[in-house]
Amino acid sequence: MTDKLTLEEFFNLLKKYNVEELEGVRIEGDLEIEIEPGAGIDANTINALVALSQYVNLIQEFGNFLYHTNMALSYLQRLSTALGIPTPFAAPQPVAPITPEVPTVEVPRFEIPEKLVEARFEPYKSEYTGVIQEVTLGATRADGGTREVTVTIGGEKSLPFYFFDADMPHLPVIAIDIFDRRPMLAKAVREHYEDVLDDPAEWAKKAVKDFNADLVTLHLISTDPMLEDTPAREAVKVLEDILQAVKVPIIVGGSGNKEKDPEVLEKAAEVAEGERIMLASATLDMDWERIGNAAKKYGHVILSWTQMDINNQKTLNRYLLKRVGIAPESLVMDPTTAALGYGLDYAYTNMERIRISGLRGDSDLAFPMSSGTTNAWGAREAWMTESPIEGDSPWGPRELRGPIWEIVTGLTLALAGVDLFMMMHPGAVAVLKEIMYTLGGKVEGEAVDPSAWITMEG
Amino acid sequence: MKVKSPLEVYKFLPQTNCGECGFDTCMSFAAHIIDRGVKPTDCPPLVKESEKDPKLKKKLEELIKLTSPEIAEVIIGVGDSAIKIGGEDVLHRHELTFFNPTAFFYDVWDTMDERELDERCGKVVEWKKFYVGDYLTLDGIAVRCTSNDPEKFKEVAKKVAGYGKPMILVALNPECMRAALEEVASYRPLIYAATEANWKEFLELALEFNVPVTLRAKDLNLLKSMAVTFKNAGVNDIVLDPVTEPLGEGLRSTYERVIQLRRTAILAEDKDIAYPIMVTPLVAWTIDADDVTKAYWETVIGSLFVVKYGDVMIFHSLEPYTLMPTVTLRYNIYTDPRTPVQVEAGLREINNPSPDDPVFITTNFALTYYTVESDLTSANIKCWLLVLNTEGLGVEVSVAGGQFTAAKVKDLIEETGIADKVNHKYLVIPGLAARLQGAIEDETGWNVLVGPMDSGRIKGWLEQNWPPKK
Ligand code: B12
Ligand code: SF4
Repeated sequence: MTDKLTLEEFFNLLKKYNVEELEGVRIEGDLEIEIEPGAGIDANTINALVALSQYVNLIQEFGNFLYHTNMALSYLQRLSTALGIPTPFAAPQPVAPITPEVPTVEVPRFEIPEKLVEARFEPYKSEYTGVIQEVTLGATRADGGTREVTVTIGGEKSLPFYFFDADMPHLPVIAIDIFDRRPMLAKAVREHYEDVLDDPAEWAKKAVKDFNADLVTLHLISTDPMLEDTPAREAVKVLEDILQAVKVPIIVGGSGNKEKDPEVLEKAAEVAEGERIMLASATLDMDWERIGNAAKKYGHVILSWTQMDINNQKTLNRYLLKRVGIAPESLVMDPTTAALGYGLDYAYTNMERIRISGLRGDSDLAFPMSSGTTNAWGAREAWMTESPIEGDSPWGPRELRGPIWEIVTGLTLALAGVDLFMMMHPGAVAVLKEIMYTLGGKVEGEAVDPSAWITMEG
Repeated sequence: MKVKSPLEVYKFLPQTNCGECGFDTCMSFAAHIIDRGVKPTDCPPLVKESEKDPKLKKKLEELIKLTSPEIAEVIIGVGDSAIKIGGEDVLHRHELTFFNPTAFFYDVWDTMDERELDERCGKVVEWKKFYVGDYLTLDGIAVRCTSNDPEKFKEVAKKVAGYGKPMILVALNPECMRAALEEVASYRPLIYAATEANWKEFLELALEFNVPVTLRAKDLNLLKSMAVTFKNAGVNDIVLDPVTEPLGEGLRSTYERVIQLRRTAILAEDKDIAYPIMVTPLVAWTIDADDVTKAYWETVIGSLFVVKYGDVMIFHSLEPYTLMPTVTLRYNIYTDPRTPVQVEAGLREINNPSPDDPVFITTNFALTYYTVESDLTSANIKCWLLVLNTEGLGVEVSVAGGQFTAAKVKDLIEETGIADKVNHKYLVIPGLAARLQGAIEDETGWNVLVGPMDSGRIKGWLEQNWPPKK
């Protein structure tokens, strides 16, 4: 995904440091700079590069420009290779006089000191200037809704669970996904919901009562023109049922259809007026303005969803805040979740960079993050009965593989800064909560001798 | 690494572009020092000159210091299977990359019966899972001394050494450790562990047998004191174990200790604790629960510290549902974010296809390509596989983003000359590219069949759909 904006910014930055246009240089994609063969690279360019190199540290100060610094460095490297000439950066070394070798004496046996050298460990402390926005989902009667509980996320001043840097006012929460028609589900997930698949209200109750969901996410997938194409007006009746059935905050999603979703979410916003639901989601390629306006008009939170691109995330957030006029306390971001083994590295790093930027004071990115962790079930390791690869060691029972795929995907992203997880498997929900509560200091845990494993038999 | 630009390194080099290092220029060599492909001592003239001139020698030492990783690198084992741990430079992978993936060791114990021991060691050696073009494997075996009998421990350590994997020897009793080292020190095992109680004996063992040593203490002042003491006495290969506690407050404070150690080493440049960190997820097996719960919790602890700075770990469970997520996570976290993961576009012949066999098309994103290729190969499907240059993007992403287009498919068909190699005109596209079916038919004149969403299901799909019903 080429991003012209940042590259422009990058070159503006170079200009700021008196680095002139680099001729014969082509930029490809996000990271690569290529030198056209035969490009006339002259002394000016080299001087410009020397100037640039002196500013590398300066540029690195701009955390966000790190990728581009790398870009500049790799450009330097390639340039030198392309030039294939000694570069005039340093004067040649004088030839040193030859001195005879000093023979080293072999030290005999080691000595064991009597006492330990006393040393003190002084832990490093990080402080950030930014604070992640606090966002409250759901409204009680006092605030014009009918929820019995509300959920507040965000408010971090440090990296996730770094209590030694700053308090984390709210631990991440978990929403369970429910659907207004039978979705395709992995067997290990489906068996927990078999009895409620055709009754969203009962499904919601089960998610809250039996599986401990902090929130419920209702996906109105039947509105998809390729499926039942349920009209918006009719589809949102299910939302009304859900609001009756459970008293936790609600998130509502459409079918993902770019044309229809704005209408569906608008209707949902209308029937849930005052309940402070979250509309999932506005994206750059649909009518985000209409969805944003609906959220604003009826007092809801909006989920700003982009596809793994920090700059797109910034752009969409800015549109929603500045053009639509969404209040900062009503915005949550979904920078996209890819499953363990299927792009989790991209998702993790994208979220981690977004969170660090927010903490460093980028007010366009200082919002809580949401993750569609259910995506983990798309990984074949989560649902296939056996490996399709002949050389693989056996994969074992999939009933045990699936939930842990969802847990590890969620846990990894919790460490990148996710505040709200959308999940499905009740076991995965329970384990992820347990570990987050543990890191959050909410679980005392029985005392265990941490040396016992050394001599345990079995 | 203290230097960030090749220019800073270049200053230290002979600047003769003699090419002995294998690169055309000193500048190019310098660039590879920065990306850690080579070390200063890989420049022969530099080494030769420094042997003659103390001043140049000092300069080389300075360069080595400037370019050595922030966290010390420690090698466990010998020969091809030896494994490097530590050597990290940054706290977040996007700042550069992480270098040496967390080493995974699996435990055996010396009171195990022989058959069981063989079975477990065999599993560690043989276990593998295919992922983006290669098999993920496990690194080594940790032998725990549960007998407290030096002879017994020695005998089992020797047996395990025969499996050829790097080893960690686990015993707090120096007598037992000595006995085992007398037998297997030449395999360069990591010894575990020096503590407040036994550190003198362990220091002696580390020096005498020249093996890497783990220091274990929950109190970080004590841990640092031990590290300084060992270093002063001449031990360079040190691993720190800030003690893994499995539950509640204990696990929370383990997280804090591990992060503080790594962060202080890198940001406060505290060289006294800039060593690889050991985490022991197998402590989960001492909690009171059923086996699946313990295995899950072990995976959770392991995953937590694969993301956050664990350099070497000891696990207990060898169940696929614990191995698969942890090795995959490790791969993902340690993937170099600087290099695009793509393969060459073109035509691949899978299992010696004949002109009657089907033609498939996929993208050149490494994850996509290898998944598809290995699915086809291992299901013994004879076919022609076209690989489209989508600039390293997967199917759905490139269809959405416009890198997977009918026009490009047409070009690829022409470039590869596939039409002359088969006696039909049927092209099977991925299920996720279904929306391009019409466009590709119009553009190429081939009949386009929409395959399944997942390439793992191609075999079943072929049974229904190939040869195509005219
Ligand atoms: C990782 C990812 C990215 C990464 C891509 C990294 C890369 N190198 O590809 C990045 C961040 C760059 C990205 C960008 C975008 N993404 Co994206 N991305 C994903 C994500 C999370 C995973 C995709 C993936 O890698 N899957 C794994 C690979 C192995 O799967 P695969 O290539 O499809 O291969 C499988 C099958 O197709 C099949 N198969 C493959 N070949 C063949 C051949 C035959 C013959 C057969 C039968 C089968 C077959 O088998 C394979 C194994 O199962 C998905 C969401 C998700 N969870 O799926 C979104 C997703 C694909 N992205 C999406 C979008 C919209 C985008 C963007 C357009 C967003 C934007 N507005 O900027 C950009 C496009 C950029 C561009 N093209 O220029 C959408 C696509 C929606 C759609 N259907 O149109 C998705 C589905 C997310 C969503 N729900 O909105 N994305
Ligand atoms: S061997 Fe040394 S002097 Fe020769 S080109 Fe390489 S870096 Fe330069």
